[in-house]
Amino acid sequence: MNLGKQFKEGLITNNPVLVQVLGMCSTMAITTSFFNGLGMGLAVTVILTLSNVIISAIRKIVPDKIRIAMFIVVIAGFVTCVDLLIQAYVPSLATSLGVFIPLIVVNCIILGRAESFSYKNGVAASFFDGIFQGIGYTVVLLIMCIIRELLGAGTFGGGILGPDLKGIQIIPSQFPAGMLTLPVGGFLVLGCLIAFMQWALAKSKNKEESK
Amino acid sequence: MDQITNLLAIMLGAILANNFIFSQFLGICPFLGVSKKVDTAVGMGIAVTFVMGLASAVCYVVNQFVLIKFGLEYMQTVTFILVIASLVQFIEMFLQKSMPSLYTALGIYLPLITTNCAVLGVVLLNVQNSYGFIESVVYGITGGLGFLLAIVLFASIRERLVFADYPKAFEGFPIALVTAGLMALAFMGFSGLKVW
Repeated sequence: MNLGKQFKEGLITNNPVLVQVLGMCSTMAITTSFFNGLGMGLAVTVILTLSNVIISAIRKIVPDKIRIAMFIVVIAGFVTCVDLLIQAYVPSLATSLGVFIPLIVVNCIILGRAESFSYKNGVAASFFDGIFQGIGYTVVLLIMCIIRELLGAGTFGGGILGPDLKGIQIIPSQFPAGMLTLPVGGFLVLGCLIAFMQWALAKSKNKEESK
Repeated sequence: MDQITNLLAIMLGAILANNFIFSQFLGICPFLGVSKKVDTAVGMGIAVTFVMGLASAVCYVVNQFVLIKFGLEYMQTVTFILVIASLVQFIEMFLQKSMPSLYTALGIYLPLITTNCAVLGVVLLNVQNSYGFIESVVYGITGGLGFLLAIVLFASIRERLVFADYPKAFEGFPIALVTAGLMALAFMGFSGLKVW
């Protein structure tokens, strides 16, 4: 078990969104305000960590053939718990994320990590893998939110900061390109972020080879 | 008459104005994953349409006559995903026995549909919008047709992208996402669509 390596993988070299390209639906759909991104990121991190631990704990007694069904039941159970908790304690988040909270069940990141990591590794390693991958996902969501919010609406921290929780106005409201807060913006910003990641990874690889 | 106008509005909305891919962001994973060739895209689109229609019908029945009747609405997510998973499994077995040619054509795409968020999404949206049985089925099928339209158009563009000249960093997913973004921009034009 190598925590430093796992952390670096989750955050950069094997980032769930930018490198593995999983969980795109929620990444693009809900990143319109800082609050949404943070809430979604935390929810996924919690569910991913818990389901990783459980799946890794039961991996030896689950027959190979029905493992996917078992994964889905475990994940769906946790998603339901988190969904009900959010509805009870943060109803505003529940309304703005809407159908995307129950849809965490089919978020490929969680099923992907279950299949590729926690089904093969011990409980402790799976626990940290869940946390680190979750952080990697959250960071990407927050970056997307900040870019789309700043360039699309000219604000920062929508949902938490500023008057009426609409965020702090940084760019005067007549300038921003409102297009970025629409679905189009999600595709374009994520495309550019992945391109940047590929460029950066290729560059650091070249550097290592030339040494 | 009202019923028919309502259904037509749902259809047009699901196929064009509120397209599952371009305006609701549901089903992006298979949309990006299975769109390198037009043939496979068509297969995937048809399979998804079929499953979405069937899942809408079955989940409506389960929701109305089991979950609501016994006050178990909080179990919706778990129940729906199980219903969809078993439905996909059944379809797979049925096709294997009765229509082997279609089964081989759809190949690995069938099991993948279980984790397609468009299928679970349409079922949850049916509940959220409190659609009746016919409305649910129509929304499911037309939502699937919208997916089919989007993935076929996207795959045909992607086939041509191979010859395009773009920065190396954009290779693979980024250029696909930018293309999808531009298509979403075009589809946004349909949101002004008001027939009635």
